[in-house]
Amino acid sequence: MDTLNITNGDIILEFIYLVSALFFVVGLKLLSSPDSARRGNLWAASGMIMAMIATMILHRNGEGGGIKGANLAIILGAIAFGGVIGAVVARRIKMTAMPQLVSFFNATGGAASALVALIEFSNPENQSALVTLLGLTIGSIAFSGSMIAYGKLNGNIKDIFAKWMTYVNLLILAGVLFLLFFILFGGAPDGTQQTLVYILLAVALVYGVSFVMPIGGADMPVVISLLNSLTGIAAAMGGFIYQNQAMILGGIFVGAAGMILTLLMCKAMNRSLINVIIGAFGGGGAGVDREKGVVKEVSVTDLAVMLNYSSKVVIVPGYGLAVAQAQHICSELDELLEANGVEVKYAIHPVAGRMPGHMNVLLAEADVPYDKLIEMDEINPDMPKTDVVVVIGANDVVNPAALDDPSSPIYGMPIIKVHEAKNVVVMKRGMGKGYAAIENYLFYADNTRMFFGSAKDSLQKLVTEIKAL
Amino acid sequence: MESILQFFYANKEAIFIIALTIFLGLEVISNVPSVLHTPLMSGANAISGVIIIGGIILVGHADLENLGQGSNLLNLVLGIFALIFGTLNVIGGFVVTDRMLEMFKKKKK
Repeated sequence: MDTLNITNGDIILEFIYLVSALFFVVGLKLLSSPDSARRGNLWAASGMIMAMIATMILHRNGEGGGIKGANLAIILGAIAFGGVIGAVVARRIKMTAMPQLVSFFNATGGAASALVALIEFSNPENQSALVTLLGLTIGSIAFSGSMIAYGKLNGNIKDIFAKWMTYVNLLILAGVLFLLFFILFGGAPDGTQQTLVYILLAVALVYGVSFVMPIGGADMPVVISLLNSLTGIAAAMGGFIYQNQAMILGGIFVGAAGMILTLLMCKAMNRSLINVIIGAFGGGGAGVDREKGVVKEVSVTDLAVMLNYSSKVVIVPGYGLAVAQAQHICSELDELLEANGVEVKYAIHPVAGRMPGHMNVLLAEADVPYDKLIEMDEINPDMPKTDVVVVIGANDVVNPAALDDPSSPIYGMPIIKVHEAKNVVVMKRGMGKGYAAIENYLFYADNTRMFFGSAKDSLQKLVTEIKAL
Repeated sequence: MESILQFFYANKEAIFIIALTIFLGLEVISNVPSVLHTPLMSGANAISGVIIIGGIILVGHADLENLGQGSNLLNLVLGIFALIFGTLNVIGGFVVTDRMLEMFKKKKK
């Protein structure tokens, strides 16, 4: 940086960057507690807006020139365009589709980082090829990976897995690293540099695709969080290019926070990160031959009576509830039972839904009081005292195989121990397997009754029946 | 190898900041209840849109008078795309996070 002629504007700009960076930190800190979370989001957003406006007004290039009117008009136009689309999509999207939306926004962030790095690589003023190329590579991987994650969550892309894919992935990754080193230290002739950078970009994009492709099932949130972390790191690399502290700090902070969040999620599923990335999930399963037993159905009348005359009912919501948009009718059932003197609680598995905390958001949308949502570890000891557990559209998180079948792919994952309750009612569309495609012996247990149908219809019938009692 | 060492020396302040920021990030997040994982991920995701500052700098100093020269025009177009993508990330991210959190607040009275 040239220290020759620093103006007041430069000093103010740096100061504002410092304040923005602090806003990011305070914002994320507030976001980690339920009471202050919304304020935290506003803090972080204000920090961002502050940094953006200050840059537009005060930033000067190496020769000391500020941003001209025409350029400013283009910037504001682009921001208005992106901003309106972003805000409208974010407002209109259904809450059930949120995980893929987060993934999509993450992809755009990665793309922005990759583009900035791509342009800056050919800028002769840019001194640091290393961080530029890292930003390009990481940003591209985050972009294509997040787009695949988006497609998978949205149901456009199916899970594909074969053992050889792991090796191909390692090979592509090796290719990415080799290209990086070769461009930096290989002494390629000047003319070919730019071409090599385009090849690096292409290979990194391919790696993003091949990296996320074999991962599926319950591991999806972990991957999204990991990609989120990567986008942060890519943004920080961009910060290095401009020697911009707000970008460096913001990016690294998100990178670190995303990484710890990733590890926390892995812990919730009792798996290591490496295991998530390399060992694909799902399929097969049922290694141990067990007595399958008989599936027993329950009629809507019996179920209505059973629930209405219980004293303790626990509802275990899963993604099926969310897909059927049944959270509102579920909340109605809950109110009806409470009015008849039944204690109703919700058991929330850490990875219920398609993202940790996703189920809480969906139930909050349906006005279910916060204190009724009980986390897994807290509610498990109460299970034997529970009269009826109603499992709505959840499967893997209540599969006892996780506790006692070492051959099961989900063995070791903590579950909600619904099988310990006096009665279990499972609402399900049919006998299909869950997201992880594993057989669930809960459905054949003596104390389990099945109630087939889409969650919304089933709950609607049930509510009508209870009202008629 | 030498260029890595040089990079380290030239950016020693920033690298100090990074090392400390990593710990700060771990510290701030490690006690989060799982209820908030999704909004937190979404909020952090929006912050990673800071790359938009880079987009503003890029487009802001683009030479509009000599667009015909070299890759000026291509760079401007790519820069505009970077800005649009960055804004999508930032605005969309903060708005959707706010929407999630709004729901937590409503029934708390």
